[in-house]
Amino acid sequence: MASANALPQTGPVRFWDRLNISTKRVIWAWAFLAVPIIFYAGIRFYPTFQAFWLSLTNWDLLRPAQFIGFANYQKMFADPIFWKVFQNTFLYLIIGTPVSLVVSFVIAYYLDRVKLMHGFIRALYFLPFLTTAAAMGWVWRWFYQPVPIGVINGFLSSIGIAQQPFLRSVDQALFSILIPAIWAGLGFQIIIFMAGLRAIPNTFYEAAKIDGLGDWAILRKITIPLLKPTTVFLVVFSSIGFLRIFDQVYNMTTNDPGGPLNATKPLVLMIYQTAFSSYQMGYAAAQTVVLFTILLIVSLLQLYVLREKK
Amino acid sequence: MTMASTKELAANSRDIRPGRIIAWTLLLIGGLIMITPLLFMFSTSLKTSGQVYDLRLIPAAPTLDNYIKVLGDGRFMQWFFNSTLIAVTVTISNVFFDSLVGYTLAKFEFRGRYFIFLAILSTLMIPTEMLVIPWYLMSSQLGWLNSYWGIMFPGMMTAFGTFLMKQFFEGVPNDFLEAARVDGLNEFTIWWKIAMPMVVPAISALAIFTFLGNWTAFFWPLIVTTSKELYTLPVGISSFSAEASIQWELIMTGAAIGTIPTLLVFLLLQRYIVRGVMLAGLKG
Repeated sequence: MASANALPQTGPVRFWDRLNISTKRVIWAWAFLAVPIIFYAGIRFYPTFQAFWLSLTNWDLLRPAQFIGFANYQKMFADPIFWKVFQNTFLYLIIGTPVSLVVSFVIAYYLDRVKLMHGFIRALYFLPFLTTAAAMGWVWRWFYQPVPIGVINGFLSSIGIAQQPFLRSVDQALFSILIPAIWAGLGFQIIIFMAGLRAIPNTFYEAAKIDGLGDWAILRKITIPLLKPTTVFLVVFSSIGFLRIFDQVYNMTTNDPGGPLNATKPLVLMIYQTAFSSYQMGYAAAQTVVLFTILLIVSLLQLYVLREKK
Repeated sequence: MTMASTKELAANSRDIRPGRIIAWTLLLIGGLIMITPLLFMFSTSLKTSGQVYDLRLIPAAPTLDNYIKVLGDGRFMQWFFNSTLIAVTVTISNVFFDSLVGYTLAKFEFRGRYFIFLAILSTLMIPTEMLVIPWYLMSSQLGWLNSYWGIMFPGMMTAFGTFLMKQFFEGVPNDFLEAARVDGLNEFTIWWKIAMPMVVPAISALAIFTFLGNWTAFFWPLIVTTSKELYTLPVGISSFSAEASIQWELIMTGAAIGTIPTLLVFLLLQRYIVRGVMLAGLKG
């Protein structure tokens, strides 16, 4: 910012003094924005267009990129692994979002009324949000190990339930990864729900009580409708999170990332492998365009839902 | 009088009716289940390799040997330093630039203001995953691979932070800024000395979010670093754990080392962090 500070002094001082106040302020504004404009142009917009362009090429890091039209997209849509990955990604979304929202709402709803040890209990739920998935992925992985190592199987066998394969099973692995993913985000959602609950004016509740509504009716007719902006925000926030899931999957399946048999592989992991394991940059770029399109649709749906309300 | 006191009594007894006690107990149990993975992680990090199969939560003979072993070769110290340096630098940059841009968009009138605002806001729609391939290309051409700058540059400013700060600067009364202008302060000083102190809660919310986001970041640091000296803590933990294969007590120690700092910070700053998350979540 040295340059912005120095701006008034550089050049003919008289010229600066002759400018009127509003012109000076416009110059200040653009001086403040100069570095950020370069940043957003060079590190956000240019790479976005470049990703679209690369998706139409066969660039592989070795040879210069050649334009090949929509061949990457044709290859992708004809690839059964892509459709498997697409399905996995939506499973993460379709199970993860509603489960995490319902659970966090129920907890927030009751936690909001708790006064005894409120801060302590809230902290218990919030702590996992502060962990890094790279570390916790390994902790959960250890939890899922077979007897005698794994905690969960140890617990199951102690109460007489058969051992479960968890991460080793094509059917259970995706859910086994979803649980830590939901677990890690729950604290954030609870905090946001509680903030939303507190933002509802008390007069609504008082009026409802005068009308003789019970707890359940108040919840259905007042709390949930008035909480809609918070809920929409969390739906979008967590949907985007589950659509972009990567850290947990990568760390819980390192020996065969996305395995067994691609049963857990989400789109972002496929992008990572295509780009940085097989160096098919053009093909990977096409996959990122698909991810971009899905996220765009989710965001536009949010705008639509919120607009309808007004 | 008697009417009021019986009502009060009724209200009090309603507060401790069985439903409430059950709800409270269930919440507590749920909360304890939430931290079970953390408890087992710490517990196992204090066990010897022979005791790992003993699944009791409290180790029979707790030992810090694993920590000495894991921290001994200095790798974790290096990764810890890298992560801290990167998260702090990126946080300072975000607090500075996001505030500056948010302030400019909130308090200055000039042609193109709305366009700039929309342009920055629209970058929220672009997922990082789409940009990593061009960033990787850019980094390899400019020699930024395997450098701190290479890890940091994509996050130096964010649309989320800019939007958050703009919202808060809009609430700063113009009178204060005009008064400073009359006193002859220049625009930069007005922003830094007058406007910034008025949005401290927003700044701390932004700082907490940026720091936490960068401290736990995994995807881009994994891509841009190949030499172990430059790993961030999450990437380091991941590669260390993969190497340790089945030495779970060492893996848990690595995970604990990566988790302890944020937990300590949280315990110290719980009120501010929770408030910051609420603020950022509701306004952002």
